[in-house]
Amino acid sequence: MATTMTSDRPANNAERAAGAGLPAAQASVPKWIWLGVIIAALLPLAGGENGFISNFYFLQLSLMIVYSIAVLGLNLLTGFNGQISLGHGAFFAVGAYVTAILIDRYEMHYLATLPLAMLACFVIGYLFGLPALRLEGHYLALATFSLAIAVPQFLKYRHFEPFTHGVQGINIFKPDPPFGLPLSPDQWLYLIVLACAVVMFIVARNIVRSRMGRAMMAIRDQPLAADTMGINSARTKSITFGISALYVGLAGALHAIIFEFVSPDSFRFELSIAILVGAVIGGVATLSGAVVGGFFVQFIEKYADAATKWVTSTFHLPIHLEPWTIYGIVLILLMYIMPMGIAGGFGSLWRRIRLTG
Amino acid sequence: MEQLLQQVASGLANGAIYALLALALVMIFVSTNHINFAQGEMAMFSAFICWQFIDWGYPFWIALPATMLFSFTVGVLIERIILRPLHTAPLLSVVVVFIGLLAIFHSLAGAIWTHTIKPFPSPFPDVSFAGSGIIGFHQIGMILVSVGMLVLLFCFFRFTSLGLAMRAAALNATSARLVGINVDWMLALGWGLAATVGSVAGVLVAPVVYLEPNMMAGILLYGFAGALVGGISSPGGAVAGGFIVGVLENMVAYLGNQLERATGVYLIGNGEKLTVALLIVITVLTLKPSGLFGHVTVKRV
Repeated sequence: MATTMTSDRPANNAERAAGAGLPAAQASVPKWIWLGVIIAALLPLAGGENGFISNFYFLQLSLMIVYSIAVLGLNLLTGFNGQISLGHGAFFAVGAYVTAILIDRYEMHYLATLPLAMLACFVIGYLFGLPALRLEGHYLALATFSLAIAVPQFLKYRHFEPFTHGVQGINIFKPDPPFGLPLSPDQWLYLIVLACAVVMFIVARNIVRSRMGRAMMAIRDQPLAADTMGINSARTKSITFGISALYVGLAGALHAIIFEFVSPDSFRFELSIAILVGAVIGGVATLSGAVVGGFFVQFIEKYADAATKWVTSTFHLPIHLEPWTIYGIVLILLMYIMPMGIAGGFGSLWRRIRLTG
Repeated sequence: MEQLLQQVASGLANGAIYALLALALVMIFVSTNHINFAQGEMAMFSAFICWQFIDWGYPFWIALPATMLFSFTVGVLIERIILRPLHTAPLLSVVVVFIGLLAIFHSLAGAIWTHTIKPFPSPFPDVSFAGSGIIGFHQIGMILVSVGMLVLLFCFFRFTSLGLAMRAAALNATSARLVGINVDWMLALGWGLAATVGSVAGVLVAPVVYLEPNMMAGILLYGFAGALVGGISSPGGAVAGGFIVGVLENMVAYLGNQLERATGVYLIGNGEKLTVALLIVITVLTLKPSGLFGHVTVKRV
């Protein structure tokens, strides 16, 4: 296992080509992934009226998938294009608010709001990406950090209040499944979220393997060489920012629908950090890492309290630890032990085993 | 007119805090090329430490040096233990580690001292004087302590051989190493000093914004804005930038207020302070990333 950032790696051409030690896109989708998707889609059958998977768990699963989509968006930007964003919670908020306002004020169908939320986020992301073009690394991180801190206050702006209802937020209601399907609303939304995720992952995979994706990675690895090869790096970077925002915006929109509520304070800086943590934990330059990351984000949100209580009582600590302490320690340790995230780390471990064995 | 002067004065007082934070950020940026996203939370943590000393019954002017010493130690330890192995790491790892530090300091403060808002006693006497309609005594104290701190730091870097060694290590690590400077320890010292400067900012601002784990987020944003306006590669520029941003912040709110009174149209006010900071950050980064006083870095191809 690699223990330092500059560890010796197996002489793998694909990896060496990726320069910064980030793997190139995997070649083909293994069959077991499709099997997994089918099993996931059949889960509501096991639920039913008094099945062994309660509606609560479907809500949890939906949230996990939603965060996976958001993490996937950040992965495209950070992992494949090398731009660091600490403010993706802002686009999550925009997506959620667009959907909530359209449903609440204009009584639109919830599915029809999704493309609009995505479009809005793409445009805003693209526009934010334009100044970001001149910024590299630190500066972009700083600009997006500022964005993340300013967003809750911005959502409370007085002139938006007729739309956003200020600090109170917007309540919307869960839609019932159509055509009299024998599903609970939670199960129905779970299927919708799953379908969205499958489509978005396929699209992401195709983007990464297309001309656009190769340009993204070339800019990440060797910006100067990419320019010399005739890649319009300004355009590619801002479009990537837009696409990334679009993904996160969709996640926000779906979150608003399944959570039935949006308010400025649900989109605090913590959300941006959670998305970043998910991306880093999963591994920024992998698509599969987004699933791991999304699950981790929801898992931490759900069980970190219990975990910290357990740590506090087991080690007889004098203070009641908070979940964020564990977040921070996990983040820092991970940067030493598995700088490419869990998916990336196990991926390279697997390659090493195959090469030596 | 008096109201305008009041706003400028309180802008300068806030600016003093932003200047200190901006200076702390720049000190770390110049020597290691890292932006310390945890700077605000470290300052917040220091303010809590100071509060704890006062709560135990020590007078403020003993608690402050103790807090500064504590912060210095923590800064040095962070550099030596956590950041040392990451000197050649990719940018993303460094940023993530800073976010991790931010999370740890934030949650530890919440765990130790809870999230309830605490009043922080002002160390300066509350007396009225000729100009007290325009500026409060605590605000004058904030400006004086900050400026004193800056003068001390300037003298340290300008007139002592240790300061010279630290500047050399930041400017050109390889050459500094060749003339026998222990560059690693200089970086750690720089971190310690930055943490100390930040802690003073935290302690001075605590009586104004009250003590709670979230108190520094907005202030750090203004610290960033100040550092960027002045130029993130120039310590003097960052200090000037901090004061400029402080006054600008209050002017924007004041003008918004006047506009509302004159025309009845609400455009901008105190509720949009963070948005204003965001706009400053983005404008500076877009139009002049090197800031007013920074030098443009030329990259060798």
